[in-house]
Amino acid sequence: MASNVLTITIGAILVNNFVLSKFLGICPFLGVSKKLSTALGMSGAVIFVMTLASLVTSLIYKYILSQTFVVNGTTINLTFLTILVFIVVIAALVQLVEIILQKFSPPLYQALGIFLPLITTNCAVLGAAALNVQAGRGVIESTVFGTCSAIGFALALVLFSSLREKLDLAKVPAPLQGTAIGLITAGILAMVFMGFSGLV
Amino acid sequence: MTIILTSILFAAGLGVLLAVIIGAAAKAFAVESDPRIETVTDMLPGANCGGCGYAGCADFAKAIVEGRADPSLCPVAPPESAGRIAEYLGITTQEKEKVIAVVRCAGDCAATVRSPYNGVGDCRSAALVAGGGKGCDYGCIGFASCARACPFDAIEMRDGLAVVHPELCVGCGKCVETCPKNLIILAPAAVDVHVYCNSPEKGALKRKVCKTACIACRKCVKAADSEEQMTIKGFLVETNYSSPPLPDLVEKAACPTTALRLATKHAAGAYEGVSK
Repeated sequence: MASNVLTITIGAILVNNFVLSKFLGICPFLGVSKKLSTALGMSGAVIFVMTLASLVTSLIYKYILSQTFVVNGTTINLTFLTILVFIVVIAALVQLVEIILQKFSPPLYQALGIFLPLITTNCAVLGAAALNVQAGRGVIESTVFGTCSAIGFALALVLFSSLREKLDLAKVPAPLQGTAIGLITAGILAMVFMGFSGLV
Repeated sequence: MTIILTSILFAAGLGVLLAVIIGAAAKAFAVESDPRIETVTDMLPGANCGGCGYAGCADFAKAIVEGRADPSLCPVAPPESAGRIAEYLGITTQEKEKVIAVVRCAGDCAATVRSPYNGVGDCRSAALVAGGGKGCDYGCIGFASCARACPFDAIEMRDGLAVVHPELCVGCGKCVETCPKNLIILAPAAVDVHVYCNSPEKGALKRKVCKTACIACRKCVKAADSEEQMTIKGFLVETNYSSPPLPDLVEKAACPTTALRLATKHAAGAYEGVSK
């Protein structure tokens, strides 16, 4: 169990980094990486939501979706509804978390700000939940995978935003300015992370 | 058939269940906020420039409603707007004079360059390297740090000189902080006559590097209606903003270096640059 968790941790953070080798969550990766401070805010929100979403979705999968029911003499398995149910549940969960945070922890709510509702539609969150189902992980392993994937996302986002802050001061040829040089940088960063492949 | 029905019912049931939970949570954990804050936010310009010292218009509105700030602190809104907010909240507000930014330099690029500078295109970086590339140590460096800081696009870069457009400037003071040469001041908007020079050096030295430097010849001091209207500080003349001269002084004084200018005509490009 312990070694399994360690494998998941290193695998999710470095080897199969969500952004740089699975290409999930590219939108916030390019969108909120202009400044280190916003990148940190987004990272915090993603770690928070992905942990919670992985836990809840794996519970739902284990106790409802993967079970077989007998209705009117027909055996029914609702596994095919997985993606649909996960989307709805994650969206609702984020809404709920937002409402509760606003009431009980205004400072945290302020810190996460606009990033919390933005994550509702982040494919990385759904990706983590779907990959957990695919790999057949249990509830605890799924939660660990969710957290570690989010940490991997945060690592990529913070690295990339630091690079972009430096890029702002560099002289970039006119045709490559802005998003173009951002994408090239992201590509090089992804190649750097390829060095971790084979570690797990 | 049963499978289709069951999955439809399951999905619909899930949707209704989640909707009920969220609805109940929104009611149970509702955060009460003062509705006046929103109204006051709507009455503010919504520029979020931070000129009032608060983090955006909504934060400022909160401070007004809580009595921590005065509505007239907003540099963007006209005085009537502050009056309307005060009337809505039933409080009193002070009248505040409108100010605009003035870049006290008229030395544009070509004639004044001392050495080329190839570093980061930012005034604060350039100022670290021997005070920038221009011949005058006190003038505009011309890398547009102030223009980039301006939330209202009121500063134009013209031949490497920052020029404020008085009709666009709201006097928020964002540019003042960015200038490493402390060139930019906030002057009363009602005053149009300014001395576009900031160099405290001797007249002859200034003229060597810049044709539009103020050489303190006192022509404007003599031409003014009263001598108080222009004050002399060392080798530099300044407009006395507490008893300002009338706009016709510029014509009467006929400043030999055209350092004495009207802000409106300076922005319109009526004066010749040093390079011309």
